Amino acid sequence: MKEHGPGNVGYIAVWAALVVLTAATVAVSYVHLGMMNVVVALLIASVKASLVALFFMHLRRESRLVWGFALTPVFFLVLIIAGTLSDTLFR
Amino acid sequence: MTGHEPHMDPATAREAATLGIWTFLATEVLLFGGLFTAYVIFRIQYPRMFYDDHLKLDRVLGAVNTIVLIGSSLTVALGISAIRKGKVRLLRMYLSFTILLAATFLGIKYLEYTEKFSHGLSPGTDIFFSLYFMLTGLHGIHVLAGMVVLGAVLYLAGKGKYSESYHTPVEISGLYWHFVDLVWIYLFPLLYLVG
Repeated sequence: MKEHGPGNVGYIAVWAALVVLTAATVAVSYVHLGMMNVVVALLIASVKASLVALFFMHLRRESRLVWGFALTPVFFLVLIIAGTLSDTLFR
Repeated sequence: MTGHEPHMDPATAREAATLGIWTFLATEVLLFGGLFTAYVIFRIQYPRMFYDDHLKLDRVLGAVNTIVLIGSSLTVALGISAIRKGKVRLLRMYLSFTILLAATFLGIKYLEYTEKFSHGLSPGTDIFFSLYFMLTGLHGIHVLAGMVVLGAVLYLAGKGKYSESYHTPVEISGLYWHFVDLVWIYLFPLLYLVG
C-alpha cells in the first residue's frame, strides 16, 4: 500500500497553514471593512475547508465518483439558501 | 473453500465504505444547511442585532477552540498515516490525543455556555442567540458522537483489529471527524467574527 497521502510532513504543513489562516481571519475581524469583513471571513473559511477536504480527507486522491458524492450536497446547500433568499428578499 | 467466502474483494469493500460515509456526510451538510439558511435570512433581516450580539461572544475562546479542533484533525490524520504503515501503538497514541483535544473543545464550550447563561444570554434571548446555541449545540453533539466513535476505534485497535492491510473503520471515522472540524471552520467566523 504505497498509493497514499502527502506524508506526515505534508500533514503538518497543512496544519500550520490552517493555524496561520485562523490567526489571519481573527486579525482581519478587528479591522472594520464593512461588508468586506464577511467576504474575507468566508473566503478564508473556504480555503481552510478546501485544505481539510483535499489533504486530511484525501479527496485529492479520490476517484471522480467520490468527488461527485462530496460536491452534490454543496450544490444542494447553495440551492436551499438561494431558493429561500429568492423568496424572502423580494417580499 | 470452507463455506466462508467474502462478499467482495477488499478494495471494493473499501470503496463502498468510502461512498457510504460521504453519503452520510451529505445528509449532515443538509442538516446543518437548514440552520445556515436561517442564519443567512435573519442576518439580512436583522443586521443590527447580529452585529451587537456577536460582540458578546468571546472571540479569543472561539479562536482557541478552532486551534484545538484543527489540532485534533491533524492527530487523526497522523493516526491514519500510522496504521497505514501497520503501527498500531502509534495509532492508539494519536487517537488518545484526538479524544483529549475533543474533550478540551467541549470543556471550553462549557465555559462559554456557563458565562453566557450567567449574563442572562440564553437560546430564548433573541434570534441570534437562538441560532448560536442551536448551531454550536448541534455541533457539540457531533463532537461528542465523534469522541464515542473514536473511543470505539481506540478500543478495537487495542484488541488488534486493525493492521496495515485492514483499517477501513479507522479511515471512515477519520472522515467523520474531519467533517466535524469542517463545520466549525464555518461556524467560528460566522458567529464570532462577523455576526
